Amino acid sequence: MTQKIEQKLYQNRYNVDEGRPHIRLKDPENVSDGLKKLLTMCPAGCWNLGDDGKLNSSLDGCFECGTCRIVAAAFGDEIEWEYPRGGFGVLYKFG
Amino acid sequence: MPETFDAIVVGAGPAGNSAALTLAREGLNVLQLERGEYPGSKNVQGAILYANALEQLIPDFRDEAPLERHIVEQRVWMLTEKSHVGTHYRSDDFNEERPNRYTIIRAQFDKWFSSQVKDAGALVICETTVTGLIRDSRGKVVGVTTDREGGEIFADVVVLADGVNALVSQKAGLRGELKPDQVALAVKETHYLPRDVIDQRFNIKGDEGVVIEAAGTITAGMLGTAFLYTNGESISVGVGCIVSDFAGSDISPYDLLERFKEHPSVRPLLADAELKEYAAHLIPEGGYKAVPQVAGDGWLVAGDAGQFVNSLHREGSNMAMTTGHLAALTIAELKREGRPMTAANLSTYRKRLEDSYVLKDLKKYRDLPTVLHKNKQFVTAYPELLSQAADTWFRVDGVDKRTKERSILRNFRRGRGLIGLVGDAYKMARAFR
Repeated sequence: MTQKIEQKLYQNRYNVDEGRPHIRLKDPENVSDGLKKLLTMCPAGCWNLGDDGKLNSSLDGCFECGTCRIVAAAFGDEIEWEYPRGGFGVLYKFG
Repeated sequence: MPETFDAIVVGAGPAGNSAALTLAREGLNVLQLERGEYPGSKNVQGAILYANALEQLIPDFRDEAPLERHIVEQRVWMLTEKSHVGTHYRSDDFNEERPNRYTIIRAQFDKWFSSQVKDAGALVICETTVTGLIRDSRGKVVGVTTDREGGEIFADVVVLADGVNALVSQKAGLRGELKPDQVALAVKETHYLPRDVIDQRFNIKGDEGVVIEAAGTITAGMLGTAFLYTNGESISVGVGCIVSDFAGSDISPYDLLERFKEHPSVRPLLADAELKEYAAHLIPEGGYKAVPQVAGDGWLVAGDAGQFVNSLHREGSNMAMTTGHLAALTIAELKREGRPMTAANLSTYRKRLEDSYVLKDLKKYRDLPTVLHKNKQFVTAYPELLSQAADTWFRVDGVDKRTKERSILRNFRRGRGLIGLVGDAYKMARAFR
């Protein structure tokens, strides 16, 4: 299924702000199990589990939708969430 | 900088554009800030445009706006895994001189709308993210901070039309975080299909269009709906469910959309279509009870940021336009009378909203989000029961009709129980009251 989401995202346009992630786990070492729901919930598949079992994000395909922030806030405010800098991020041709 | 404006509008979606357009026409010195590269580059919608709200602002919009198709047929489907029970309403009366509903492509439409705002005299600056509000010593909002260098900008009043996430007002402590059960996550794809193929497949011609809204077991027990809309040379297809339901489910939003696309009633409509874009966005669906404070000292909120969405009737962008317009009229009136933009003076905005269809409609359905959320049978048991009933009724198999009637009734009683059926009818009647 991972392959599928990558194929979907391949059609999209982005202006990635390299090296400036706009979403950050506040404490990557201590992530609640609840937050692992993001592995399936994120519509862009931005979250994955590393070999060490830790939750990682890779935001290149992010839609800036806010789902992860809302879920994190409900579980205990584990995510720092900003919009990308002006002009960066997803660029919808259709929207 | 620092420079001072009469008003700053945050966001260039339908709410922000309506506000900025109205303020500029009223002669105010307006600055509109948009974080995207161009207006529309961050915005997602199905999308259906309801003409009325836009007509109030731009009566001759049909001459210039990028419109896809006017809607002549509305299909509402209740889906099970293999079937759909539906109603279609199609009328040649919808082929009127000033059609009531259109499909649009938001990235193009928002760009056009923004050009109208610029023509009216507003200063529109893109690629600028508003990061916070500036307040004076008494706590009145007097401007915004941005991610531009030296990015403080001052104004008498700020219209917050920054969309569903409403980060600006949240960070400023003017409201709380969105709750997972008050917001839906929707995913959408745009697929290219030649115009004549769409015309044939949907039995339409010229600029006629068809929209399909679907609910049922397709959302895997979650509260939500799916849709399929015809554009000129593309199909918009999507599905959305309440975030807290996604959190309690193991299915991803994109897998859910794949399931809808693979449904036997949907798949032939999308055959040979070519994916052009995949998008996701949140929709505020908490209704009346989720509407935050709408105005305060030096600020007003419009559009999705104010949770102005009627999820049952699929209305949001029209409410965004109307609320943006009403926010601007509130400001313009104070400006004309030389009165300050205080919380007390801006509170007439709430009154204007209550007098309009926006809060009247949201109030009418104020209990619906809770009722639907607590009664998943409306998207699980009932679609199956309806499908079974239709199958029993239409299949000619030597069984007499009275026996078929009894079998259908027995199924409903078994499925929900007599008390359950009466209770469900009562709950729905109350929620729609």
